[in-house]
Amino acid sequence: MAKQILLKNIEVPGLAGFDVYRRLGGYSAVEKALKGYTPDQVTDEVKKSGLKGRGGAGFPAGMKWSFIDKKSDNPRYFVCNFDESEPGTFKDRHIGQLNPHQLIEGMILGSYALGANAAYIYIRGELFYVLNIIEKAINEAYKNGFLGENILGSGYSLNLYCHPGAGAYICGEETALLESLEGKRGNPRIKPPFPAIVGLYGCPTVVNNVETIAALPWIVNNGGEAYAAIGTGASTGTKLISACGHINKPGIYEIELGLPVEEFIYSDEYCGGIRNGNSLKAVVAGGSSVPILPADLILKTAKGEPRLMSYESLAEGGFQTGTMLGSGGFIVMDHTTCIVKNLLTFARFYRHESCGQCSPCREGTGWMEKILMRIEGGQGTMKDINLLTDIAKNIEGNTICPLGDAAAWPVASAIRHFREEFEEHVKLQKCPF
Amino acid sequence: MPLLKVTIDNIEVEVEAGTTILNAARQIGGSVVPPAMCYYSKLEGSGGKCRTCLVKVAQGSAKDPRPMPKLVASCRTLVQDGMVVQNTTSPEVMEARGAITEFLLLNHPLDCPVCDQAGECHLQDLSYEHGLEETRTVEERRTFEPIDIGDKIKLHMTRCILCYRCVMVADQLTDQRVHGVLGRGDHCEISTHIVKAVDNDFSGNMIDVCPVGALTDQTFRFKSRVWFTKPFDAHRECSKCSGKTVLWMKGDEILRVTGRKDKYGELEEFICNSCRFEHKELNDWTVTGPRVIERHSVISQNHYETTAFSKLKKG
Repeated sequence: MAKQILLKNIEVPGLAGFDVYRRLGGYSAVEKALKGYTPDQVTDEVKKSGLKGRGGAGFPAGMKWSFIDKKSDNPRYFVCNFDESEPGTFKDRHIGQLNPHQLIEGMILGSYALGANAAYIYIRGELFYVLNIIEKAINEAYKNGFLGENILGSGYSLNLYCHPGAGAYICGEETALLESLEGKRGNPRIKPPFPAIVGLYGCPTVVNNVETIAALPWIVNNGGEAYAAIGTGASTGTKLISACGHINKPGIYEIELGLPVEEFIYSDEYCGGIRNGNSLKAVVAGGSSVPILPADLILKTAKGEPRLMSYESLAEGGFQTGTMLGSGGFIVMDHTTCIVKNLLTFARFYRHESCGQCSPCREGTGWMEKILMRIEGGQGTMKDINLLTDIAKNIEGNTICPLGDAAAWPVASAIRHFREEFEEHVKLQKCPF
Repeated sequence: MPLLKVTIDNIEVEVEAGTTILNAARQIGGSVVPPAMCYYSKLEGSGGKCRTCLVKVAQGSAKDPRPMPKLVASCRTLVQDGMVVQNTTSPEVMEARGAITEFLLLNHPLDCPVCDQAGECHLQDLSYEHGLEETRTVEERRTFEPIDIGDKIKLHMTRCILCYRCVMVADQLTDQRVHGVLGRGDHCEISTHIVKAVDNDFSGNMIDVCPVGALTDQTFRFKSRVWFTKPFDAHRECSKCSGKTVLWMKGDEILRVTGRKDKYGELEEFICNSCRFEHKELNDWTVTGPRVIERHSVISQNHYETTAFSKLKKG
């Protein structure tokens, strides 16, 4: 059994309530930090832990914190990005729904380290039921003196607010999130300046993912070095993987980073193999935006080494033969899957979710969807396949925010690895599946 | 403050700190100036959206000479001392600009023959310089019905490139903005909320800042092609604005009044609706002389051979 940090007590009944969480040792990290650590010491522990941002980009959390502008006279803010909406990713919801106090405890620790006296949890609009759970938990934390003025007599005060979005994927981009939180249209900002300098209401701000924040209590309790000892060295700690698709046991698994992909898919502890004994065709390893990989490349790298569930191993080979760990949305497809149809679903999503601010993404996502619709519907031409590659290339890197890249990568990778399947659609003038 | 040295397309220029690459290029002038469809120097927060002004930063600064990993929007990227920028000298930039032009034209109706903006349209200029010779799309274009926003302004959403300039004019020039961007992605539209007239003294400037024919002057609608009218500088006493305008005349008739635009198509000063729409008699105005239109535009071009893009293609 792998090390459990985030999901250790998840099955305990009533964990969402303050009393059960507290009885299981909850809020001890807050006590430890507020009484024994300076804010910088907390930051140091997080730096030592090597914790990387779990939202998808994998940027070291401690380093992100250290960028915050401490010279500014403005207040600082700590924001939790709970706008989880990437197709295939459903890990944050699990924490918010079943263990909200762990998130709140992490919010207190992060806010303390950054010197923020106000913090926000920005939650996706569709997760309204989770919002209710979190609000209830926040109220309990206030009642028990872990939020509000002068927490535990330490002199440190924190107000925590939970704010629902209106259900836009783009508001998971941190600057669009901040715009939305300010009550504006959720358009990403042009960077620089980065939020650590000019963030919420123009003040220094750090935005972290739910899973990143939920790991903080354990890191403070056990020390950054203990966290760094888990994993591969370059990828430390544990990661939640939301596995879905054609596997026997879809669900949310906590893995130690560095677990072989093959073991994750086939062992009974995790996905339990492919449904009906079918053969594995392809995997999207980190949420819909990362490049899709065919079975041979997801199980082994191009060099023939076993592929591991870690930031560096999944990225091995670049985008030619590798992919990304991303947010941990692990989508498995067996041999009955039509790659074109799957890609069309992704393309439709990105077209629908593009904010429309910058031209390559606004126009390109719609164009790609229309072409894929024709190919899947049997009206595609061979020219269309190259055109798709070209459009993806023209979007990539030319947009304000990463949504353009996220829309382009699946298209480019599907054609790179499954070109014959696109050609078959064109030759047969219908979908072969 | 010491000046910062920046090199754009091998030409060196010294600018003040806080200058963007685009404005540094404008100080040099000529062909090194990237085209800008959404940036507007008089509107705060404009720019960064259309991506036509993307350039390559080959050297970040003297201190940190690493190149920037991606192309950057020159209108929103500040100059650093010792920065080296490539615009027309970079094949990568020219390719991206061609791509952006293709994206901007993807859903554009190409109805220039019936569009009042033709001849002074920035999108027309852009596609002339950077567009492909034939379209690669066979898809149905996004369409909207034209609507009247008030009795003076016509909105053709089909032509809009969503530069947000008109929204910023409404935000920054007038109080009580009643229009904005609705929807998301390629189904976004500029609109008034629940068909409301845009009605305030400076709303007409929306027409002047629009780079395309999405917002046009109803009092000029279908009266003439712009290249058949003659522009004159003129002014009048006005209590609301400077009263300095350009009259677009055919014979003795004033067909249209606009603000005065510089060579980048930007207004020198915003003018009020009264000057723009209500004073079309010659004796309302003191005419000071012919207006020289400096902007390099479709009407001053002859053929494709001279464009930067085809030159580059030929090497």
